[in-house]
Amino acid sequence: MTDDTRVLSSRSELRTGISSEEPLVSVRGLKTYYSIRGNFLDRLIGREGAAVRAVDDVSLELRKGEVLGLVGESGSGKTTLGRTLLGLVPATAGSVVFEGRELTGLRERDLRRLRRRIQVVFQDPHASLNPAMTIAQAVGHPLEIHGVAGSREQLRAQVASALERVGLAPAEQFMDKYPSDLSGGQKQRAVIARAIILSPVLLVADEPVSMLDMSVRAKILELMLALKNELDLTYLYITHDLATAKFFCDRIAIMYLGRIVEIGPSEEIYENPRHPYTQALLKAIPEPDPRRSVPRDLPRGEVPDASRPPLGCSFHPRCPRAFEVCGWESRDLRELLERRWAHLEEERYEAEQAALGSLDPLDTPQTRVRLPVGDPGRAMQVLETARDADPADPFWRGVKRLEPANGALEIEWHEPLSPRLLPAGVVEVECHLYDEEALRRAEQLRAPREPVASGSGGAT
Amino acid sequence: MSSPPPLLSVRNLRVYYGTPGHPVRAVDGVSLDIGESEVLGLVGESGCGKSTLGRGILGLLPEGARANGEVLYGGRNLIDLPPKTLRRMRGPELGLIFQEPMTRLNPLMRISDQFRETLEQHERKLTSREIRRRSLDTLGRMGIPPTRFNQYPHEFSGGMRQRIMIALALVLRPKLLVADEPTTSLDVIVEGQILALLSDLKRNFGTALMLVTHNLGIVAESCDRVAVMYAGQIVEEGPARDVFAEPSHPYTRELLRSTISLDTTELHSIPGAPPNLIDPPSGCRFHPRCPDVMAVCPAKVPIETRPEPGRRVLCWLHGPESAIPPGGTQPLEREAIAVAEEA
Repeated sequence: MTDDTRVLSSRSELRTGISSEEPLVSVRGLKTYYSIRGNFLDRLIGREGAAVRAVDDVSLELRKGEVLGLVGESGSGKTTLGRTLLGLVPATAGSVVFEGRELTGLRERDLRRLRRRIQVVFQDPHASLNPAMTIAQAVGHPLEIHGVAGSREQLRAQVASALERVGLAPAEQFMDKYPSDLSGGQKQRAVIARAIILSPVLLVADEPVSMLDMSVRAKILELMLALKNELDLTYLYITHDLATAKFFCDRIAIMYLGRIVEIGPSEEIYENPRHPYTQALLKAIPEPDPRRSVPRDLPRGEVPDASRPPLGCSFHPRCPRAFEVCGWESRDLRELLERRWAHLEEERYEAEQAALGSLDPLDTPQTRVRLPVGDPGRAMQVLETARDADPADPFWRGVKRLEPANGALEIEWHEPLSPRLLPAGVVEVECHLYDEEALRRAEQLRAPREPVASGSGGAT
Repeated sequence: MSSPPPLLSVRNLRVYYGTPGHPVRAVDGVSLDIGESEVLGLVGESGCGKSTLGRGILGLLPEGARANGEVLYGGRNLIDLPPKTLRRMRGPELGLIFQEPMTRLNPLMRISDQFRETLEQHERKLTSREIRRRSLDTLGRMGIPPTRFNQYPHEFSGGMRQRIMIALALVLRPKLLVADEPTTSLDVIVEGQILALLSDLKRNFGTALMLVTHNLGIVAESCDRVAVMYAGQIVEEGPARDVFAEPSHPYTRELLRSTISLDTTELHSIPGAPPNLIDPPSGCRFHPRCPDVMAVCPAKVPIETRPEPGRRVLCWLHGPESAIPPGGTQPLEREAIAVAEEA
């Protein structure tokens, strides 16, 4: 055999069978919030605790036969969105229509019937299989649950055919083994066999290859593409990995802190990423290319706490291109100072911190803050030094007013605009850089002679 | 070419894990040098022995593991040192960063106390003023602000915890840092931030780094040299750029091709699965999966050769011809491997 590695498949051959008819799944204004329990007293008097907006007003469509990639970092809400579609987590608001039928608010009994049509593959094949069940029992279990197992022989025959379909052949060799006898890749194949045995139309695959070794990933993706064509499946592929998503998906939705920030055909997302977050994600992927070195211009910070999201655009604190209306607020000032102090000598840091006093008033999200300080002139100086040290920091574009007042420092930021998902070419993107209205508004704010009337900055 | 003596030399290191009856040869005759302030990537798939090698160097093997061979550092063989001496060296000389920062930071201790404890342990003469200064300086260089010095680990995000872990290792100014999959549990942007910090260690701290990872992209972007491990052995080593541009060993080449990156237009895979290390294949351990397998490969253990200065490879394709028996270069039909066998 001279052919060195097997060319498993090329993507273009496989991208077939997307229908243009009515969508298989239609998600509209979906919100899934997790409530955080308040303290005992709060519960006693019936006060609501805070909520994590895991999925925050998401709309998308999934057409029959397509592979939609839901891509985001941890905490983006991608897994919660997948679970909400499966009915594993109740939706807080919005609608999910599957094959013309509303899924939100369905009773467990009705949902269970629907799960014959929607199946799921999770990330960890070791955790997805019951260690006390043989492979045959595990793969055949859905047939029994849904009462379609038939006789013992029929059940076994169906299991064997599912196993052989996923490449666990000869099936006899695997049926009576336990999960612990199988390798990671083999286990994931068994999990996929269990997912397809009821002949579903939609498969939600949540990081199906992330736990597997590089040389195995390609084989599992290849298997999933083959199954999609053979069985006429539609996939929702949930992942943090933009590289596998690029190969695997027809369309990509990029999620950040519960919202879709960019969605469109794969080619366009990768060739011409529009959202600064998408651009950063693509830049950050380590590529086995000897000409590259570690990128130094990645966004700062991490995904913020979803129970206290930033004002305006959630990405603005990290965004290198953020401007006036992106949502600058009090917490951004604290971050700016802390970033600065990390690199200062101890004495200077201590002097600056003493001049500003406690930063706790900044922790409440607001666009106007009064920071009580001992010496307003000195405190003002500290902020001016910080500004001079890095005047290009986008933070300063958001500052509308900064002045010493009686025993305090008063800071005001421009009124934030909430970004909307708007069409930009063939994709949709939720970023003020592509919103004429936001750009115009910022232009006005920048105009030097514009009279600043109080309360003029309301969102439009 | 004369080069300065290496900071640390591994010579013919073997690490066995005892299983009843048959030892698992996780590291099987590895030799490796790490230079001062060098970033060396140790790359391979799970089960190839890369983590065991990283820990073996530091003498941090689990119970039941046995090591022999040489790990030469500062004129001494670390393998022979009594545990107590080795413990004193770990920290100020040799540091370690783990994959899961949360499992390594004490959840009940403030960050400030963890630094104080570490410094007091190894540098008894420091005053508390100096301890604070050194800690804040190191944390600051890792991007942790002084305002958060007295917080507990749970108050930090995943990326910040990993920054703290790195600072906690660096505060003792080690000569060599072994980082075992330090970014695997992090998101891709934070991973990039941490890798940038690690790549700058030599410039900012003069520390050499051994980066253990399964991710070829990470090695390509942040390492000076790379050593590729397969089945307990180093099959190829050389400058990272050269090895990635032109791999010498078929395993390196196939691993690169099977990596799914943004440039992937076709899926490739390596047939078969890594061998078990109780009874590895005869001759070259990669031969059952190798697309270039020759008659000599299953018959004789390959001899290390140097195709060019600074590179070495363990593969009969690169000779030495004098050691290959007549007819040894005949291509060999690869044994058919069922899909089920491989994954």
